[in-house]
Amino acid sequence: MTGKLHLNQDLVNQARKSARHVADDVQVFIDRHTTATVERTVCRLLGIDGVNEVDVPLPNVVVDQLMERGILRGGAALYIGSAMKETGLTPQQIAKEIAAVRLDLAKVRIAGREEIDGLLAPIVNNTLARIRGNVQKRQAYLDRFGDKEGPYLYVIVATGNIHEDIIQAVAAAKQGADIIAVIRTTGQSLLDYVPYGATKEGFGGTYATQENFRLMRKALDEVGETLGRYIRLCNYCSGLCMPEIAAMGALERLDVMLNDALYGILFRDINMQRTIIDQYFSRVINSYAGVIINTGEDNYLTTADAVEEAHTVLASQFLNEQLALKAGLREAQQGLGHAFEISPDQEDGFLMELAQAQMAREIFTKAPLKYMPPTKFMTGDIFKGNVQDALFNMVSIMTGQKLHLLGMLTEAIHTPFMSDRALAIENAQYIFNTMKHLGEELAFKEGGRIQRRAAAVLQKATTLLEEIEKLGLFATLEKGIFAEIKRPKDGGKGLAGVVEKAPEYFNPFIEPMKGGIAQ
Amino acid sequence: MSGYNLHKVEFDTTLDLRRLKPYGDAMNDGKVQVSFTLPVKNDERGEEAARQYAKKMGITEPNVACRKPLDAAFTFYIVYGGCSHAVDYESIQVVTVTDDTMDMHAIEQYIRDSIARDIVVVGASTGTDAHTVGIDAIMNRKGFAGHYGLERYDMIEALNMGSQVPNEVLLAKAREMKADAILISQTVTQKDIHIQNLVEMVELMEAEGVRDQFILCCGGARITHELAKELGYDAGFGAGKFAEDVATFIVTEINRRNTAKLA
Repeated sequence: MTGKLHLNQDLVNQARKSARHVADDVQVFIDRHTTATVERTVCRLLGIDGVNEVDVPLPNVVVDQLMERGILRGGAALYIGSAMKETGLTPQQIAKEIAAVRLDLAKVRIAGREEIDGLLAPIVNNTLARIRGNVQKRQAYLDRFGDKEGPYLYVIVATGNIHEDIIQAVAAAKQGADIIAVIRTTGQSLLDYVPYGATKEGFGGTYATQENFRLMRKALDEVGETLGRYIRLCNYCSGLCMPEIAAMGALERLDVMLNDALYGILFRDINMQRTIIDQYFSRVINSYAGVIINTGEDNYLTTADAVEEAHTVLASQFLNEQLALKAGLREAQQGLGHAFEISPDQEDGFLMELAQAQMAREIFTKAPLKYMPPTKFMTGDIFKGNVQDALFNMVSIMTGQKLHLLGMLTEAIHTPFMSDRALAIENAQYIFNTMKHLGEELAFKEGGRIQRRAAAVLQKATTLLEEIEKLGLFATLEKGIFAEIKRPKDGGKGLAGVVEKAPEYFNPFIEPMKGGIAQ
Repeated sequence: MSGYNLHKVEFDTTLDLRRLKPYGDAMNDGKVQVSFTLPVKNDERGEEAARQYAKKMGITEPNVACRKPLDAAFTFYIVYGGCSHAVDYESIQVVTVTDDTMDMHAIEQYIRDSIARDIVVVGASTGTDAHTVGIDAIMNRKGFAGHYGLERYDMIEALNMGSQVPNEVLLAKAREMKADAILISQTVTQKDIHIQNLVEMVELMEAEGVRDQFILCCGGARITHELAKELGYDAGFGAGKFAEDVATFIVTEINRRNTAKLA
């Protein structure tokens, strides 16, 4: 396919190859390490849930003990399996015994691997079956209702109270939304645990908890039944608990997850080693659960200039693609991100946006691209904001974007009111309908501004990826190449939770989940 | 309704700043537009409710120009009308931090020209406040709404200590780093606990005899410059203020103090 931009395919291949080498290199590091949240995820998938008397989640109780005893490197499965053999208890009962200070995993006699496998197998299979059941249920809905053609209308709810979020989400679904993202409270990404139960508090959103996932899933299924549409649910698989949130999402049938390989490092100052290890297992789980991930390149443009730094977005998309493939996420599950963030004052800014969006479409042909609306240059002038959002909607429909996060005219003022969301949906529906086939009718001028812009961005991205290939990913992040943010390899939050695996380490979920979507 | 205003003008069309009203297309017509959602179904009764609601806001003869359903029991209304209320512009006094906010590059240049060294700013969300949104908006590189944070500024060394930082810890860090300015954010507070926190910091600094060594600023949705001054701060920044507002104040204040010392 030559496309409309006539991109130099040799450069595309070269960029992809560099990114693959970077991912290969990083994978060696990932395979040698585990983290506190990876092991807590294993606990969760083994059925450990609930909290102790002071509201510490039981997966944390178990993993904290392993860390305190200096034996996390063996992995939670090894010790829980051994404790099952010794005590005859279930993983949940074992966690409760630890919470009651009646069991010390360091004192448990380590059982043989075959014995452990035999004890864990029914539990592992049970969890896998539950996730498979969710995948089948989603597919059954899609078979029954059909899936949306064109961009999915993607909106957020962020009241800070799950029950209020549900009211807003149901209304949005009725107005035409296809994906509902429940915004998390400010600061959850830095919590090294996942709160428990339904929550009614938070700032700019409420907590991602398994119970909140379940409540929202149920509400969206119900409204979807009445509308004859499948409403997708999205949350945030980022921060210090990436794989745990992925596991909760897999268990409660979330459909879309924000799940960038680098976001936490750059924007939340989470240690890079920690995030790189965590993102891998989180993506393995997402791949198995049939989740579409969103990557966070759009965020680069909120700190860096969208005209000057456009190539870093493309380079990061290549890296996210290759890291995702490593975790078994096929292209159709890769919602690679980018954004409409060029200043409204930039001459021909719209042409550049069109070039960038079309380029992503032509390079990542099978990916359901995630396209983010203007935020950086939204001012509180709601009338101008509605125009900016309209231009963004036009680019999306003309270039075949898929996960289309609706811009709110009240961006920079408040989290959306019900009416803001309705106006945004109306704006997008109008444009998507009136311009439905415009993209098919248009060709870009040979050697014109749009083709030249795309060629220049691709060239710079390819050069940058060659540089990253030479430096390696960690050194690249230390140098501040992405989003102009420098992060030290041993800095940031969560490094204490990173350990090198012991020879006897194993994670019983990686292999069965890595094969791709559960069938 | 034709949309053309065929009514005879029945109000005094001379501008009176003691009785200031909105301007639509004639002086003192009081014309405003409001939009809101009522949690009722979309029908005539709902429209009448919207009209009555607008009247209670002081909008005489409200025109419900648009109504549309958002859900079975939620309807959105757009209302136009002339508002009867007026304010006395002449009597309004506003205390502002600074009238001339510089942009990032101008601030960087100002530091190079007038201070000639890197300046150090330490900030935190203090006390029980777990929210970093305010301090992040001012300090983190990403900034807020397209306004870069202080971390991004050349010539400013900025440390954001995050949330739930005790006043003692913040002050110790500021002393250790020889900070020029301390920023305190109070985002979400209950029962005015933010005031107590803010006052404690001032008392602590006075007790240690270091109050005048630092430029002390606070910020948050419920903070005004006036309140900040009352509490013993050098400046306060409320909603709609960005890193450049804070930085402009800090750099001009450093310069002012330096000049005062020389004099």
